[in-house]
Amino acid sequence: MPDAPPREETHESEHDDDAPTELVPAPPSDEVAAAILERFDDARFVESHTQPVVYLDRSQWRDVAEFLRDEQQFTMCVDVTAVDFLTAVGRSLPPGVGPERFEVVANFLSHARNRRIRLIAQVPATDAEIASLTPLYPGVNFPEREVFDLFGIDFVDHPDMTRILMPDDWDGHPLRKDDHPARVPVTFKEDPRPS
Amino acid sequence: MSDERVEVEEELADELTEDEAADILDELDAIEDDRLARQTDEGAQQLRRGERELVLTGAHWPEPDNDETMIINMGPQHPSTHGVLRIMMELDGETLVRSKAVIGYLHTGMEKTAEELMYIQGSTNVTRMDYASPLSNELVFSLATERLLDLEVPDRAQWIRMLLVELNRISSHLLFQATNGMDLGAVSMMLFGWREREEALRVLEEITGLRMNHNYIRPGGVAADLPDGWQESVLKLCETVERGIDDYDRLLTENPIWQERTVGVGTVTTEQCLALGITGPILRSTGFPWDLRKEQPYLKYPEVDFDVVYTENGDVFDRYRIRLFEIAESIRIVRQCVEKMPPGDYRVQDRKVTPPPRSRINESMEALIHHFKLFTEGFSVPAGETYVAIESPRGEIGCYIVADGTAKPYRLHIRGPSFYNLQSMGPMVEGAMVADAVAIVSSIDPILGEVDR
Repeated sequence: MPDAPPREETHESEHDDDAPTELVPAPPSDEVAAAILERFDDARFVESHTQPVVYLDRSQWRDVAEFLRDEQQFTMCVDVTAVDFLTAVGRSLPPGVGPERFEVVANFLSHARNRRIRLIAQVPATDAEIASLTPLYPGVNFPEREVFDLFGIDFVDHPDMTRILMPDDWDGHPLRKDDHPARVPVTFKEDPRPS
Repeated sequence: MSDERVEVEEELADELTEDEAADILDELDAIEDDRLARQTDEGAQQLRRGERELVLTGAHWPEPDNDETMIINMGPQHPSTHGVLRIMMELDGETLVRSKAVIGYLHTGMEKTAEELMYIQGSTNVTRMDYASPLSNELVFSLATERLLDLEVPDRAQWIRMLLVELNRISSHLLFQATNGMDLGAVSMMLFGWREREEALRVLEEITGLRMNHNYIRPGGVAADLPDGWQESVLKLCETVERGIDDYDRLLTENPIWQERTVGVGTVTTEQCLALGITGPILRSTGFPWDLRKEQPYLKYPEVDFDVVYTENGDVFDRYRIRLFEIAESIRIVRQCVEKMPPGDYRVQDRKVTPPPRSRINESMEALIHHFKLFTEGFSVPAGETYVAIESPRGEIGCYIVADGTAKPYRLHIRGPSFYNLQSMGPMVEGAMVADAVAIVSSIDPILGEVDR
């Protein structure tokens, strides 16, 4: 396995795409993405800076992860995180993907095939929940708790959906764009102003 | 009966009638009983499972099958927890049934801070996450920014980056050797490890200006060219560290006490590692030679000659050995960097990304404007998103940036290897003894700054 030659989407691969910043729907140049698109109708493929990215409906979140794990040899879910697009302007999404406030992002790595793929699902603010990947990849336990803690997105079927970084009695979710820093006032001992 | 009480009794006998004295003595007895009751009810007893929620807020476990086990907290101030890691351990006698890491004591909202800082300032922030290998953090942030900018960094800058990251890997692994020794009672190991690490940090200081939190690798290249005579100090360091790791090897590897404490302790399998997202030396200790420097190369790693170190057993001893040998491999890479360092520029000469040379500012209006604009407004990065991963001393460190076309990242996420690696504690401590927990946590080598960010 370590002898496998690195594939195209690795680091330092040539930046030959013309307009990397525009999310143009292209025919899937990536074989894994093509397989996902063939199986799941709602999925949309985008090449982002030479990396394959697949946009999904959140109802298919776990199904696609299972497909990746069981049929495409994606042995590791490297990272789960989220983005709050509340204040974003000029957001570009592939056609057919309705923008919602949150995006949950998961990066997968296949050791056997030495390639990566990124899945992104839209999550609305009113019903902020998505299926947990912990039954498939137990390692996303911590990161999903982190997303729950900092964004307030609920992962259904997670074994331990509690705050992880913030105190248990904390009010709000710090990485949301409407949760302003310095919301909690800090008074210093020597501060002459009345607190 | 306490001394105080005897004194009180004597005093009372002098001043008060017998009835009054009896009343006061009864009152004192009641207070003493109350104190004793509280000591037994709320002290050690409360760590029993029934009232666990009162003590262990923030960590809820499903109800257990039996009442024979006990829950003990380790940390967050325990010296072997490398900062502020708290571990809840469920014990059956002296055997660990399961454990749970409780983290967040060092959470300072660095990902939120990153949204407030320009890309040009960003590396000052990320460098403080994994404070034992800050240059890896800077490198992954810079690579991600450069990918969004579609920027190619000059050869010399890439070689300098590689040299620095490898020197940092040496100092980080030396820190591990020192603390790992200390945690297991090998105090001379701690002093030896610290001795060589100090030398490594001295060389880093000579090159970057700071011992830690260098802010040296920045988007567009590095902050400054290598100083005069850097080859001599780097080569001298290589010799010192090589002598050092020989010492460690002689001191520990064949040492029966060391082997007793580490061999077969805290074993983990490749399958468990892959399922739990564990990377770096822990994964390699299970017989899975996965190193991003080889598998998905970045910088100039394809041009240097080095081996991926891996072992088969996946125990604490193997993780110690892997890190020891990785120091030797890093020295190999550093020597090749000294040999092959090309001439050229240490950063891209793109005035939109990197500042003009200091000397130009005095003579050129244009350079002055570029300098001013760069440090007040920063440079804007075209909208897009990307994930870049490199091999830090602890495993895969990743940087996910969402850019919205302004000078600040819309969202910056660092995938810290320690954060994921901490999850390996679950399978490792199962069935181990309490004393082994210290060895196991130490062998994971977590940096809490990166775990909590």
